Amino acid sequence: MTQAKTTCPYCGVGCGVTATVEAGTLTAVEGDREHPANFGRLCVKGSALHETLGDQGRLTRPQVDGVDVSWETALRATAERINALRAEHGNQTVAAYLSGQLLTEDYYVANKLFKGFLGTPHLDTNSRLCMASAVAGYKRAFGADAVPCNYEDLEEAELIVLVGSNLAWNHPVLYQRIKVAKERNPLMRLVVIDPRVTDSCEIADLYLGVKPGTDAYLFNGLLAWMAQRRKLDSLYLERHTEGFDEALAAAKQTAGSIAEVAAACDIDPERLETFYYWFASQLHVVTLYSQGVNQSSSGTDKCNAIINCHLAGGKIGLPGAGPFSITGQPNAMGGREVGGLANQLAAHMDYQTPGALDLVSRFWATKSLTPTLPEAPGYKAVALFEAIERGEVKALWVMATNPAISLPDAARVRAALEKCPLVIVSECAAHTDLLPYADIVLPASGWSEKDGTVTNSERCISRQRGMLPPPGEARHDWWIIGEVAKRLGFGEAFNYAHPWEIFDEHARLSGFENAAAPGSPKRLFDISGLVGLGQDGYDALAPIQWPVTKTAPHGTARLFEDGEFATASGRAKLLAIHPQGPEQALSSAYPLRLNTGRIRDQWHTMTRTARAPRLMNHRAEPFMDVHPDDAHTAGVTDQGLAVLTAAKGEFRARVRVSNAQRRGEVFVPIHWTDCFTQQARSSVLIDSITDPLSGQPESKHGAVALAPLATDWQATLLVAEGAIESTPWCASAYWTRIPMRGCQRWQLANTQPEEAWLTRLKAWLPTPVSVWSKDPTHGRLRAAGVENGRLRWWLMVGPPSELPGLAWLEARFNETTLSDTHRRRLLAGCDDGAADVGPIVCSCHQVGQTTIANAIREGDTSVEALGARLACGTQCGSCIPELKSLIEEERPNARAKQPLATEVV
Amino acid sequence: METTSRCSANSHLVIIGNGMASHRLIEALVKHPTRPQRITVIGAESAPAYNRILLSPLLAGEMQPDALTLRDANWYADQDVALILGEKVETLDRKSQTVTTDSGRSLVYDHLIIATGSRPALPDVPGIELEGVHGFRDLQDADALEAIAKRGDNAVVIGGGLLGLEAAEGLRKRGDDIKVNVLQRSERLMNRQLDTTAAHLLKDTLTQRGLQIITGAQLARLESDTQGRVAAVHLADGRQLNASSVIVAAGITPNAELGRQAGLTTERAIVVDEFLTTSDPAISALGECCQFNGTTYGLVEPIWRQVEVLAATLCGTSTQGYTDAPSATKLKISGVALYAFGPTEASAGHEVLSYHDPEQGDYRRLLLRDGQIEGAMLYGDTSQGPWYFEQALAGADLNAYRQALLFGAADVEVLQASMADQHNDTPDLSTSEAA
Repeated sequence: MTQAKTTCPYCGVGCGVTATVEAGTLTAVEGDREHPANFGRLCVKGSALHETLGDQGRLTRPQVDGVDVSWETALRATAERINALRAEHGNQTVAAYLSGQLLTEDYYVANKLFKGFLGTPHLDTNSRLCMASAVAGYKRAFGADAVPCNYEDLEEAELIVLVGSNLAWNHPVLYQRIKVAKERNPLMRLVVIDPRVTDSCEIADLYLGVKPGTDAYLFNGLLAWMAQRRKLDSLYLERHTEGFDEALAAAKQTAGSIAEVAAACDIDPERLETFYYWFASQLHVVTLYSQGVNQSSSGTDKCNAIINCHLAGGKIGLPGAGPFSITGQPNAMGGREVGGLANQLAAHMDYQTPGALDLVSRFWATKSLTPTLPEAPGYKAVALFEAIERGEVKALWVMATNPAISLPDAARVRAALEKCPLVIVSECAAHTDLLPYADIVLPASGWSEKDGTVTNSERCISRQRGMLPPPGEARHDWWIIGEVAKRLGFGEAFNYAHPWEIFDEHARLSGFENAAAPGSPKRLFDISGLVGLGQDGYDALAPIQWPVTKTAPHGTARLFEDGEFATASGRAKLLAIHPQGPEQALSSAYPLRLNTGRIRDQWHTMTRTARAPRLMNHRAEPFMDVHPDDAHTAGVTDQGLAVLTAAKGEFRARVRVSNAQRRGEVFVPIHWTDCFTQQARSSVLIDSITDPLSGQPESKHGAVALAPLATDWQATLLVAEGAIESTPWCASAYWTRIPMRGCQRWQLANTQPEEAWLTRLKAWLPTPVSVWSKDPTHGRLRAAGVENGRLRWWLMVGPPSELPGLAWLEARFNETTLSDTHRRRLLAGCDDGAADVGPIVCSCHQVGQTTIANAIREGDTSVEALGARLACGTQCGSCIPELKSLIEEERPNARAKQPLATEVV
Repeated sequence: METTSRCSANSHLVIIGNGMASHRLIEALVKHPTRPQRITVIGAESAPAYNRILLSPLLAGEMQPDALTLRDANWYADQDVALILGEKVETLDRKSQTVTTDSGRSLVYDHLIIATGSRPALPDVPGIELEGVHGFRDLQDADALEAIAKRGDNAVVIGGGLLGLEAAEGLRKRGDDIKVNVLQRSERLMNRQLDTTAAHLLKDTLTQRGLQIITGAQLARLESDTQGRVAAVHLADGRQLNASSVIVAAGITPNAELGRQAGLTTERAIVVDEFLTTSDPAISALGECCQFNGTTYGLVEPIWRQVEVLAATLCGTSTQGYTDAPSATKLKISGVALYAFGPTEASAGHEVLSYHDPEQGDYRRLLLRDGQIEGAMLYGDTSQGPWYFEQALAGADLNAYRQALLFGAADVEVLQASMADQHNDTPDLSTSEAA
């Protein structure tokens, strides 16, 4: 047994994980008590990590044009096809789409290959979908993509403001840290600003249920109010900022009074003013914001509206203060550090950063190779797929992400992929919605297999460690990219034997010629203090927050403490914000505002989390949260099925009627893909509208219509693992697959009546029906197929609300022999909870042997006494002989009746 | 309400018949403080009353003869009850209140109870009187059948009801080399208790065990060999079955002759009122030989209630009198359990809920009308039978729980509890806004 410290691959909190490996299997995980992100805590997803592993469902062979090939063939085909397209159409027809799931080293190599040597700027990442607005906001205000805060600030704050963040579900460990801090410090307050009442409200002192998209009004109003109430930090503004007057003028103009803001945000004015008062009167305020702010056509402005308030109040650069963007993905920040966004070049340098092109070019040059860096930024995610659609980009290499699901207007994205001449996909999972579009499939290693670093939301660099060998022929991404680079003729620049060498190069680049010069401030991202670790030092690397330099060898907990910013002037910028509503417009045809987001127990497209059956228990099916009034208007019911329709697609899911929703607004999860359900991809309901500055899609502001899915029947089918080769029931109007241990659950519904279920089952399933029960007048049926004593399938036709808890059935699917007792309870799907009476002795009164034996032990040692107590033997008397022999057997155990009071004992 | 004793404490109570009904009556009387002091019981069989229901397991060799014993002769003596066995009452003179047995013994009664039971009903076909044709009613029959089983050869059981099937199974089990045919006039076995599905399950089970079952069999005649013993059975459709023995188990005929001869009102059996009194106030009739409201009896449950009424009447305690009550059939046919009540087949307006596990031999079927159970058929797993019966008697509306109804009481109770919970809970959607 060995234990290794690694980092969780899910959200941006970046928790440390201690993993136990026994006999080649990762058997357990627990929170790393020493990791500064979590100090031993783990959330539900993190603590199920070991349950998501195993070779089943993994990609294990490279494929070219649908055929399994050797790595050599696959690598050569990749290189040749890229080169052919470059030769014919130019460098800029080649593109890459990366992921916040990649490790920094993978990211670095990919960025270096595409921008440095293939000479194309079109390398973007799915971080565009969650982080881009926050990045743009920071850069406008601070001159760098730099989160000023750290997690300790959440504990040191006197006021925490959650904006557009359901922290309790999406960053559970941080939420727990706040909860504990709040218990320790009763004066600490939490304000939640969110259109939805989420679980994060549990410990909130104030909740503002704002109208979606009105955050900029709210924070402009706050700025105006602070000015009006003389709650500004004039000294700070004067010494360390610029642009305040313009910012305040815009704020006053657009959100000058409480009444105006309350009306714009559709909230109670008194609550609003309470928030303003709290914010203005505390110095130690952290505003924690996330996708609810970022995923907007004016997301960057919203971020700056928040940052403005922090700068104006001097609530930054202090313990427990600052505007804190919380990242969605485990390595969104690491990706940005290497330049993984299309508008970045490398190491936090942009194309327009003075001297950057030359600097990077010189750094990457080798003896015989000169990089051919593009001159200007490339296409951001949505624009990239539009370029593919236009035929401008002809080759796309996708790594560790699924744009067929996650990008808005997914139908259009799929059409673009369909016509793209060359699609290369590096992927862990054998089945995703993207793979059908791939010409070349490259099997990649995954969490627990790969080695490298990630950077979490507080700039903390941690190691992910490889503990298990990748399955089959899966390889690490950095290796795959390097091997292709070699076959493209760039071997000299990609001669890496181990990720530590890549990290070392990355660290050197961050410090390369990184000194302040007139008009050109020092680059904040500098980890030159980590240069020269060697493999041992790299392997032993403890979590550390950047910058890490000679002057800050142990990292930097907090930025901007000295009020010095990374802008040309060294001052932070306040921006004049003019609030704008969502661009996706509501109409009579699409009257409801659609909000999208994550749920507690799933991660992205579920390729990993769905492998842990217990993570399916929280929300087993795709769903939509609907306000009771909207449900009533649309004629949909709680737990019924419904369809959301947008201009370009539809979404079928189960309705959850919820007072937590605002009237006129619907929430759907982002996780379900075509691998798991008929039609519940949130992205098809979202138009491809982006923030003009950040390129981030407006994913939280769809416009939809709601209608019931008119189902004739609903059914639940459980099928043993490996029992079927086809799934003909997927022709139903609604289906969802829910993985369980040893079986799969299918939730089905159809608009057409099913006349002959037993005949249908015969056609659907290889094992014939063994047990069935029916109530035809109410359309109910339950049935099961048992083969050689093993449960092969189980079906219930009827509303899912009538399902038994499925744990009992799941256990039956994992038994090699079904007992008679269990078989009799199969259709009920549970033990009935009644005491086991044993084999029936008295048939007339159905009295069991155990009951009788107990009565005998209680002192009923005659047939008459038993009859008087249990009625056994009093009818036909057939059981009296058996009663007598039971009495003989049990008499020695019988307790004497209570002695009479007169007896001398 | 009847409170008058029909039999004063010092009068002589004579009971004709020492079967299960008679025995249960005596058990009830002797416990009673105001019991008639003089009780005489006359039984035609040589053994004191025994549990006739256990004849089948006895024949099958699953039980020893003494297991059938209810009470031995000494017990009667201890209870001060005169027991006369092996004598058959031949005449009843109501004027002189005297009965006379076949051995010439005469007894004068103050009150008389006729509990003479029944005998197998014999089909009216030629040859039914031949040697080798048996009933299956008493210990003697059981002995005879045991001999047949051991001898082997061919046996034909006439009657595919409970008794016939028990006899056939007993023969098959007991014999090493015996071929047993069962003839059933109806298209299905136990047609008064089972629906088609259950009857088929039973037929399949018994056929697998080795019985030959012929349903829809119209008996034409029995054929004798040269010695006058039965040799073959002929069916109306021309089929012919070899038969070295024939066991008749196609219903019962009440032993009402004594009452009829004595001039008591009789129809199919001796007519009684709700206190089991015949047309002669000094005479009661009990059990399979009596008839109340046009009904005659064959199962123990109503007879046990008759015994309670009669014992109370005789001892002068108050009783509401006997009424026919709904009853459920609870049977165990050769290891196959059955519980049924209500109509065997669904009719218009019935909603049918059913559970099937043919391989396991489990079958349940409920007939519902307006959410109430009107009939149930449980085959194999009968554990929930009494509960369904209770619900039917109570007229409970089970519509809200029908999803769990086929699975039984505990499942329904869980559902009831959870629905009650839901009812009590106000929907909690956590909309509370902390302030």
